[in-house]
Amino acid sequence: MDAVMQKQDARPDGRLRFPTLPLGGLAGTSFKPEHFKAILRDGPQRGFFEVHAENYMGAGGPPHRSLQRIRSEHPLSLHGVCMSIGGPQPLDGEHLGRFCALVARYEPALISEHLAWSTHQSTFFNDLLPLPYTEATLDYVCSHIDQVQDALRQQILLENPSTYVAFENSTMSETDFIRTIVRRTGCALLLDINNVFVSAGNHGYPALDYLANFPLDEVREIHLAGHAEQSDDEGERLLIDSHDGPVADAVWKLYEIVVARCGAIPTLVEWDSNIPEWRVLKAEAEAAQLILDRSSARTVTIEHVA
Amino acid sequence: MSLEHVEDWRRSSFAERFATGLTDPTCPTPSGVMGPRGKGAVKRYNVYRNNVTVSLIDALVAIYPAVQRITGTDFFRAMARFHVRATPPTSPLLFEYGRDFPAFIEGYKYAQDMPWLGDVARIERAWLDAYHAPDGPALPAATLAQVPDDRLGDIIFRAHPATRIVRSAYPAVAIFAMNRGDGPATSLKSSAAEDALITRPDMEVDVRLLPPGNATFLASLINGATLAEAASIALDETSMFDLTASIAGMIEAGIFTTLYLGD
Repeated sequence: MDAVMQKQDARPDGRLRFPTLPLGGLAGTSFKPEHFKAILRDGPQRGFFEVHAENYMGAGGPPHRSLQRIRSEHPLSLHGVCMSIGGPQPLDGEHLGRFCALVARYEPALISEHLAWSTHQSTFFNDLLPLPYTEATLDYVCSHIDQVQDALRQQILLENPSTYVAFENSTMSETDFIRTIVRRTGCALLLDINNVFVSAGNHGYPALDYLANFPLDEVREIHLAGHAEQSDDEGERLLIDSHDGPVADAVWKLYEIVVARCGAIPTLVEWDSNIPEWRVLKAEAEAAQLILDRSSARTVTIEHVA
Repeated sequence: MSLEHVEDWRRSSFAERFATGLTDPTCPTPSGVMGPRGKGAVKRYNVYRNNVTVSLIDALVAIYPAVQRITGTDFFRAMARFHVRATPPTSPLLFEYGRDFPAFIEGYKYAQDMPWLGDVARIERAWLDAYHAPDGPALPAATLAQVPDDRLGDIIFRAHPATRIVRSAYPAVAIFAMNRGDGPATSLKSSAAEDALITRPDMEVDVRLLPPGNATFLASLINGATLAEAASIALDETSMFDLTASIAGMIEAGIFTTLYLGD
């Protein structure tokens, strides 16, 4: 109760706070600037929006103008793409500072980052790169997450990666690695079900086995997205986490299984290239919302009692 | 660990081995990566190489659409690929990327017959800087009107954070304007030098051609010269400089946010 009261206080700088909008049981979409006018025409949506933090790290201009408008009427999820938590070198303190400032400015309901790296030495590679799962990598990943959570003074969600290669020197499974991170850092998880499907296909294990070993109780957000198909050196199918099309049927099926098991977890449909008209992306989110609502209908009595 | 040891460890890390080939196609697949059942991972690693290179080329396409329209897609992507490999970004903020690209274009062997292309790129880079610059109010004409006539020469202006000037020995503003949008591109007869003014007094970035002497005049004002000093420098450069029209133009374009009176 105290926390809620404090949230409604005026900010020190005199600006009005954004409303504290809950996103329990909601589906949302990536917010793409090209959809801004169509979203305004539609009026406030039931769902939430997620943005890549780095796209709003400029000082001013249209990106902030549109995000303020979106945030004033919707819950927001802030999704970091470039913190390089999974890399061996120390985090970029300047970047972490920018990330914290963005959290303070927009008060997102969810904050997430990736189990991956994107910067090495001074080069930024603009991709989510994989890491081996060993005691040594576990140590620095945990210390990086501690550093981010200490700076933010709140919990973040860590997203499971999609990968195309594995490392010979890995000594534990990805799910064991993630489970240990959660235990040691107190972070929670963003379960990207498309990533599970892509990685399972690429490394030759059943996606359901991965989900059975994944700490589902710690999941606070789900990602869904489209993927593409290529082939590897031997002509075996290689799935690419392309975010350039609708969510695949097999991923929807896995999603229904997870929601049936875990309940209505906030769910985001990502679409980052070959971006369609707003109504197409919105329809994907509505499909996820139907699955969430079916689950909520089943559990609503229990929640009322609680 | 000492700093030196940290550095040694970083250099010998999996990330060092993995990173080296990402922007260098002559590097083999790094040791220690594999596909399922321990099999090789040449095409698998190449997915990462491709993601890195293509996404960074796409970042340059997003920053320099007029340059791409002028050169055509294939030419642009080949040129951008060379640049991405030679000069990958050092910041995770991709809207800061490509500052060295205009100079790279000027040195690019296959672009030598388009000597104005680097300046068109400079205007596009300035456009993006203006887009992301801090917001600020444009100086109202009424504020200027309140200054007594005998103090006009002492006025010092503070530039809006979005204001940029790009000077070109070529008609770069006309070429930019013709190629930035989807409109028709016709052949350009002009060979005049052109100066661009880039501003964003509110949310719309505006690129316009500056009249003679204006680039010097405005650059002097932005650097803190008084109105009298800046006018004098501009008149030294060209007798075509029109002070009254320039002042009206700079208020209308939102180049400055505030003014104060120097000593």
